[in-house]
Amino acid sequence: MSEIKLGWKSLPIGGVLLEPGSAMRYKTGDWRAFKPIIDQKRCINCLLCWIYCPDSAIIRLEKFVDVNYEYCKGCGVCANECPVKCITMVEEKR
Amino acid sequence: MAKVIGLTGNEAIAYAVKQCDVDVIAAYPITPQTIMVELLSEYVYNGEINAEFICVESEHSAMSACVGASLTGARVFTATASQGLALMHEMLYIASGLRCPIVMGVANRALSAPLNIHGDHSDMMGSRDCGWMQVYAENAQEAYDWIIQSFKIAEDLRVLLPISVNIDGFILSHSMERVEVLEDEDVSRFLPPRKPVITIDPAKPITVGALCLPDYYFEMKRQQVHALNESYNVIREVNKDFESFTGRRYDLLETYGMSDAEAAIISLGSTAGTAKAVARDLRSEGKKVGVIKPWVYRPFPEEDLIKAVGDAETLAVLDRACSFGAPFNALCSDVVAALYRYGKSSVKVFNCVYGLGGRDITPTDIRAIFNEALEAAKTGIVKEQLKFIGVRE
Repeated sequence: MSEIKLGWKSLPIGGVLLEPGSAMRYKTGDWRAFKPIIDQKRCINCLLCWIYCPDSAIIRLEKFVDVNYEYCKGCGVCANECPVKCITMVEEKR
Repeated sequence: MAKVIGLTGNEAIAYAVKQCDVDVIAAYPITPQTIMVELLSEYVYNGEINAEFICVESEHSAMSACVGASLTGARVFTATASQGLALMHEMLYIASGLRCPIVMGVANRALSAPLNIHGDHSDMMGSRDCGWMQVYAENAQEAYDWIIQSFKIAEDLRVLLPISVNIDGFILSHSMERVEVLEDEDVSRFLPPRKPVITIDPAKPITVGALCLPDYYFEMKRQQVHALNESYNVIREVNKDFESFTGRRYDLLETYGMSDAEAAIISLGSTAGTAKAVARDLRSEGKKVGVIKPWVYRPFPEEDLIKAVGDAETLAVLDRACSFGAPFNALCSDVVAALYRYGKSSVKVFNCVYGLGGRDITPTDIRAIFNEALEAAKTGIVKEQLKFIGVRE
């Protein structure tokens, strides 16, 4: 995403990661081809999407849910499981 | 005064490894390399080397253990041949990709099927593009000398790549020859302990072998290309250093009679020795022939090769392995590519496949190849671009 990617001359040799936990900084949301859009007015906060999301990319709010687009890969499981069908998968335009 | 002892190729390699103060050996015995592993385990058992000998259940595990050990900063050796090297195949790429300076002795042997235990280069050529440096020895002395140099080359921080030292199965692995060995202290002086930079250490955790997706993988491969190119200069430096230590001169390739040769044979390993002997006879008959023996096959010493070829008009390139379906076989493909890159594609080349499955190549065969090359130099016509030496029709 916005992270600056180093060239081969600057990267540690052999792809060694010199500090632990760096995966936290690796945003995988840009793999997404379809983006889930939640109609939060219709969301009943049942949290089925939160349970099913394989990437833990559903954020629990007080009355409805939201999506963490930095990690959501657009698999569409949430939209499929939503009992009130308030999640729409919209094609990413890049 | 140098100590001279009788050693087979396998014994020479094991003896050199013993003197190189290795920390870990993980290897699995396989013909014709078995004696290397047997001797090393004996040395460890007798306390002659202070190393960990890991008995593994396969070559795949042997190389896996070597990778792990090397990442801790240890000096690591393994040895294999043929099917064993083939079984290691995926781990060879991991060793080079993780930049582990492992040294491996290979007693080259044919690959099945049909089952064969004798010498040819199919095993190492099958792993040609695994990112390892590759050295081919002509005799037991060279095998001994290259093992000692290999640790220094591989562990150099500009390189950090694994290296294989190849000896022809049985022809070298089981033939006893005169070998001048160094004193242990001299080897220690030439080869100080490994100085690793990044190692696995519980006090300072790192991650090795992490997932590398399309956005980083290519950069890692580009680094490896650079490291192999860098190894070229390091090998030369270590050769010079070794020469000042022992008086024995090594380089990326060796030449014989090339100053005025009209036709030359290019060959790896023990066959280059036969070729030199035949060339000496032919030269005494007034025929201008020469031999080029690449000691180092990866990195391919193309600049040195072009210089060595000089004004020779015809090259007969000997391959002891088959690249099925390819225009030329491995060594010849590289020679032709080098000639093309240096604008010397007018040099006539033919490729001789020989010795598969350990079939002998005799001085008579070599003489015939030289004569054919001389004939091509004279007439300007190569009769057959790809020949199979000594195969029954």
